[in-house]
Amino acid sequence: MNHLISVLVENKPGVLARVATMFARRGFNIHSLTVGPTAEEGMSRMTVVAETPEVEQITKQLYKLVHTVKVTEFEPGQAVVRELMLVKVNADPKRRSEVLNAASVFDATAVDIGSSSLTFQVAGTPESLADFLEMMRPYGVSALVKSGRIALAKNSKTKAAAGT
Amino acid sequence: MSEQLTGAQALLRALELEGVEIAFGVPGGAVLPLYDPLLDSSIRHVLARHEQGAGHMASGYAHASGRVGVTIATSGPGATNLVTPLADAYADSIPVVAITGQVASTSIGYDAFQEAHTWGITAPCTKHNYLVTDVNDIPNVVREAFHLAATGRPGPVLVDIPKNILAATMTWQGQGTIDLPGYKPRGEGHHKQISAAIKLLLASERPVFYAGGGLVRAEAAEEALTFARAANLPVVTTLMARGVIPDSYEKHLGMPGMHGTYAATMSMQRSDLLVTIGARFDDRVTGKVAAFAPDAKVIHVDIDPAEIGKVRNAEVPIVGHAKAVLKQLIAELEKQLDGDPAPDYQPWIDTVLGWRDDNPLTYDQRPEGPILQQYFIDELSRYMGDNAIVVAGVGQHQMWTSQFWKFERPNTWVNSGGLGTMGYAVPAAVGAQAAMPETTVWAIDGDGCFQMTSQELITAAIEGFPVKIAIMNNGALGMVKQWQSLFYNGRLSGVDLSGGIPDFVMLAEAMGCVGMRVDNPADVPAIIEKAMSVTDRPVVIEVVCDPDEMVFPMVPAGGSNDDVVLNKQGLK
Ligand SMILES: Cc1ncc(C[n+]2csc(CCOP(=O)(O)OP(=O)(O)O)c2C)c(N)n1
Ligand SMILES: [Mg+2]
Repeated sequence: MNHLISVLVENKPGVLARVATMFARRGFNIHSLTVGPTAEEGMSRMTVVAETPEVEQITKQLYKLVHTVKVTEFEPGQAVVRELMLVKVNADPKRRSEVLNAASVFDATAVDIGSSSLTFQVAGTPESLADFLEMMRPYGVSALVKSGRIALAKNSKTKAAAGT
Repeated sequence: MSEQLTGAQALLRALELEGVEIAFGVPGGAVLPLYDPLLDSSIRHVLARHEQGAGHMASGYAHASGRVGVTIATSGPGATNLVTPLADAYADSIPVVAITGQVASTSIGYDAFQEAHTWGITAPCTKHNYLVTDVNDIPNVVREAFHLAATGRPGPVLVDIPKNILAATMTWQGQGTIDLPGYKPRGEGHHKQISAAIKLLLASERPVFYAGGGLVRAEAAEEALTFARAANLPVVTTLMARGVIPDSYEKHLGMPGMHGTYAATMSMQRSDLLVTIGARFDDRVTGKVAAFAPDAKVIHVDIDPAEIGKVRNAEVPIVGHAKAVLKQLIAELEKQLDGDPAPDYQPWIDTVLGWRDDNPLTYDQRPEGPILQQYFIDELSRYMGDNAIVVAGVGQHQMWTSQFWKFERPNTWVNSGGLGTMGYAVPAAVGAQAAMPETTVWAIDGDGCFQMTSQELITAAIEGFPVKIAIMNNGALGMVKQWQSLFYNGRLSGVDLSGGIPDFVMLAEAMGCVGMRVDNPADVPAIIEKAMSVTDRPVVIEVVCDPDEMVFPMVPAGGSNDDVVLNKQGLK
């Protein structure tokens, strides 16, 4: 099962490798992983979506890393989750307006126009990205890239993983 | 204060400020800038014959003294030779700081001569590791490395320093500072949990104190015994905990698990409450987890939250330092008893002591020989009393040492429990002797193990560490042979060491030690006496042993602890 784990770490060399190794050691596949700065100086937040049979042990082991400050597992509904996607959709001049029309239903922006394709930027929940792709598939999706999920706790309804 | 120092000088200054008196290492190109000022340092350098030896020496030093052991190696092969001792120290939570040289920072990533990705190789087998890229970071990194190695759950920390950083100059601003916002090991346990633990204890009928190696690391032996006595608890001590509660404690049941005593293993199995402190439900203790101690609730005290609930769910988890938590438990017990005597846990205590008395560890030494390892170890233990540190390799001889040595004090038992590293004994004994120059250090080693690191006896002879080594020569990789005998229809594959090569006595003499051999049981007391009379050099006794003796009791791997086999006759 996929789990969404948010890890607050000190921004130090190697910290990404240490976190990734925790998953690799046990053969858990990482579905997506993002890293970026936080509001706090010197801290980074990693958002990991990984397939783990159980989550408690891995969060405790992430805590064990010296540079880990906090580990939070978000259960569905506990966090605002967003993802960014760039999608290249086949659209020769005849079908361009049809594709643009379809895309406008979503919060999608055309960010590049080629002779036979359109590139869209879509930001939203993982579900809305999936819906957008579903919609575009019939036209032909020739390339896509996703940023990986980022997540922030809603209000204060999350539970920090054990070990604080 | 604002003195100009090279990185290497700053490193040595920082080590001196941590109280380091001795370091075990082997030099090389990348640490040349370090070995030069080392001549002027107060730190004694012990030149090992192999970096693996140096690493185990640091660990033996830490095991015996409780202080942080220090090892030094050069880049590339020097650093990779340290991997085994680092993994070993990691598995047993031993505080070690390793300093490795690295190729110049400008060459890293260019496959330079003797470049290895030391940081990447050692990250998974250290508690933490550093690659220093700025000479000014050295004081802080050293400070942090020692803090991390020694506090919380102890473990090895590696500091990798490129040659040009060791040679660069910096302005010494004083000892470093620790800035680790994510690292806050707990001291005391949560008071609610302490109270819940004692409530559970007083309501239990069949409690067992499951004492682990964490008690040794926490220097909590005194508190552990006080608590055991105050609560009337029967005690089992794991392989790593031997000695932390004296074997002479009236309700000591011995070591539990795969080769544990019947009473220790069975008491856990039938218990209704495991008071677990500094132990981690290792598979060698639990056997088949699903069948382990089926009726027991668990109080689990550990400094490492990741250990709690890892293997076995805990009804009362307590994260904290064993010494501090034990003090709390002792006080809380007194409070809840409120003047009443502690429960006597009858008839449970009678039952477990009955198991102990009915199933003692035994051996059958025939006067005409061959010598049984158990007999030799028993004799040696009796001779030494509790005035020795005993070190073991890995194999049958290790299990017999743990079974037959009478341990009375913590830090007197040095062995590789978690990783099970053959070759540990000789260098670890050297390290233990360096830490405890006044104490006799005996290593009980296997003929197989000995051949992995025996060259460190040269180090011992030259550097003046008069360790005593008893090689239990059964002409085989005995423990593997035992498994092949029992579980592979006796088809022995790759375990034969018989044939008299090497000549261990000559080998010992060649390395500057006194070599002796004994093959007659009647001569054992005299040879021990003779070995003890040598004080100026290491001594090696080759003990020619029964090649076919097996270690019992035994719980077959993956089997339930209910199915402990007491002796050869018990095998189906
Ligand atoms: C470095 C290493 N290699 C292999 C093993 C597997 N192993 C465990 S015990 C053992 C036999 C040890 O033989 P010896 O030192 O003669 O001890 P004995 O069992 O005969 O007492 C072996 C090969 C190990 N533990 N460590
Ligand atoms: Mg052997």
